[in-house]
Amino acid sequence: MRNALAIFTLLFSISAWPASPQALLKQYEAQAKQESTSFTGFSADKGAAFFHAERMHSDGKKVSCATCHTSDPRNQGKTRANKVIEAMAPSVNPQRFTDAAKTEKWFGRNCQDVLERRCSAQEKGDYISYLLSIK
Amino acid sequence: MKKYMQFLLLLASISSTSALLASGGFSEDGAKQMPAVANAKWKTECSGCHMLYHPGLLPERSWHQIMLGLDKHFGENASLDAATRDEISRFLALNSADKQDNRRSNRINQSIPAGATPLRISQTAYFTSKHDEVSAATFKRKSIASAANCLACHPAAEKGDFSESQIKIPR
Repeated sequence: MRNALAIFTLLFSISAWPASPQALLKQYEAQAKQESTSFTGFSADKGAAFFHAERMHSDGKKVSCATCHTSDPRNQGKTRANKVIEAMAPSVNPQRFTDAAKTEKWFGRNCQDVLERRCSAQEKGDYISYLLSIK
Repeated sequence: MKKYMQFLLLLASISSTSALLASGGFSEDGAKQMPAVANAKWKTECSGCHMLYHPGLLPERSWHQIMLGLDKHFGENASLDAATRDEISRFLALNSADKQDNRRSNRINQSIPAGATPLRISQTAYFTSKHDEVSAATFKRKSIASAANCLACHPAAEKGDFSESQIKIPR
C-alpha cells in the first residue's frame, strides 16, 4: 500500500512538473519530426503569420488567435465572457508555457475554436517560437 | 401527569431548536444565501473563461447536460480530460440547486418545470422575474456585456451571495 502510494505520488509529481518554453519546444520538435520527415525546425515568422491570420469560421464570423489575445501578444486579452486573458508573450508573463498539460489543454480547445481542427506540432512550435521572440 | 407533560414540552422545544439550527437560519427553507463550497478543480477550470458560477444556481440535470457538452460550451470548446471533468461533475451534482437547502437555490429550482433542463441560469423563471426591471440595453452595456456576467452588478456572486443590498449596476 505504501509502495502504491509512493508510485502514485511520483507519477503525479511528474505530470505536474513545471516545464519551460524551451522544454516544450523540444517535445513539439520530437513530435513534429514524427509527423513530417521534411521538418526543418520552428519559425517565429511562420508563428507570427499563424497568430494573426484571420479565417472565416463556419459560424460566419472572422476569427484569429488575435481575436481574443489582441494583435499584440504583450497585451492582456479578453474572453467572450468578459474575462481577462493574461498576456501570451513570456517576456511579459513568465507563467506562459511553463505547464505542459495546460499548454496542451488550450491548444486543444483554441485550435478547434479558431481553425476547427487540431493543430500540428509544427504549428504549435512555430506559435511558441513567435511568442518567445517578442521582447 | 404534570411532570410527563413538562417532559414532552421540553422534548418538543429541543427538537424544534435543533431543526432550526440544522437548517442554518430562521426562514422556512434554510439560509438565504448559498453556502460556501470549495473544489480546487471547479475553481480553476470553471473560471478560466467566465466568472465562477456557484453549483447552487442550477439543478443537477442542468449541470449534467452542461458537462456532457463541454466541446461545444456556449459556442466554445471547453473540453477537459475525463478525470477532471468527472470530478467537477460530481462536485456540481452534490451541491446543485436541487441538493441545496437555501432559499435562493430552492426558488431557482422551484421555478424550473420538471421536464425542463435549462443550460443558462438566465433561462430560469426565477432569474427573469428577478431581473424584469433591468432592460436589455442595460445588460448590453460595455461594463456588463451580458446577463451571464453576474459579477458586474453582484460583487459577491462567485461566493453565491446575490443579496439585494449589495447590488450596484455600473454605468
